[in-house]
Amino acid sequence: MKNKSLLHRFVDWVNGDVADDRPGNIRTVGSLPEAKPPKEKPEHTDPLRHLNRQIAAYRVSAVLVCVSLMLALTYTVLCLPTYNDPSAPTNNEVSQRYVEQGMEETGAVNTVAGMILDYRAFDTFGESTVLFTATAAVLFITLSKHTKEWTERGPFADSSKDPILQVVGKILLPMIFVYGIYVVLNGHLSPGGGFSGGAVLGGGLILASSMFGQKKMVRVLSANVTTGLSVACLLAYAAMKGYSFFTGANHVGWEIPKGTPGDILSSGFILPLNICVGIIVACTMFSFYSLFSQVEEE
Amino acid sequence: MIYFEFLLLIFLIFCAVGTVFTRNLLSSIIVFMAFSAIMSVIWLLLESPDLAITEAAVGAGVDTILFLVTLKRIHALKGTEKDEK
Repeated sequence: MKNKSLLHRFVDWVNGDVADDRPGNIRTVGSLPEAKPPKEKPEHTDPLRHLNRQIAAYRVSAVLVCVSLMLALTYTVLCLPTYNDPSAPTNNEVSQRYVEQGMEETGAVNTVAGMILDYRAFDTFGESTVLFTATAAVLFITLSKHTKEWTERGPFADSSKDPILQVVGKILLPMIFVYGIYVVLNGHLSPGGGFSGGAVLGGGLILASSMFGQKKMVRVLSANVTTGLSVACLLAYAAMKGYSFFTGANHVGWEIPKGTPGDILSSGFILPLNICVGIIVACTMFSFYSLFSQVEEE
Repeated sequence: MIYFEFLLLIFLIFCAVGTVFTRNLLSSIIVFMAFSAIMSVIWLLLESPDLAITEAAVGAGVDTILFLVTLKRIHALKGTEKDEK
């Protein structure tokens, strides 16, 4: 035990099999020398007293933290400018420019889409990267060496022959998919966009997965496929936005006309960017569901 | 219309309190889903339909499914308990 290096002992400690020989350690009580008689026990007459004191301190500190947080947040809210105040710092020339020249500059009829996918496109890129990182982390945690692929038993697997689910799903599924694709494709013309439409599509994929069972879904969308789609869309987003960035936001060579209401092929880069974001979001939702619902094999 | 908004806001507060104080985890999740559905209608009334779509899809749909999957995973749903041994 003592010959072990510090690294080995650390590895053992991480793995949970700690057997260090500190006196008083419960695991090594049996190996203690006989010289320690049990008459030292009266020092710890009531082992629960210490614990109770800790629980009381925990409760008091929890209340203190909550109250101080509440006071700080209330003070912050009180310091905010009043609602609809024309002299508020948010009503500056930036939002004015977005509202007045947003359609002319970005080409998007939907000003929100113009903001998040043209003026603030790198923010959206960061959000998509966050989603991808979350998927990767869940993949690392849940996809152990025992479960190479998503297993076939979903959470509703025993009810996948449920007539209610089948009938309602058959009616709802086409509508959900059409609506999601519509929201993604018309992101620059109507309310919605990549994130909303992608979430709708992800919900539809989850419904399909619980309807048909995951065994059938894996053939179409396995973990490799969704990860590959996400990576491809992220790279496409980065390439398009990087191109736009390095050409001075002029979209040189990308001659899609700007901002014709009712025309899907308009407003420059926003349509392909919306499609990329939608695919990333849908893949993330679906892979979260599939990874969480896979049954661990023992 | 303003009365309808007040009604929705009162429902919203009821749902928020109910989510916290419901003992049964499954009921708590379903009340939380109702919270999201009401919230999406409120977003629509506040003239931000894109947020309403997202709230309905993520808050009421995917979140609920993920919570249910988690409950199933930790064997807290009825009929999915692990055997005693």
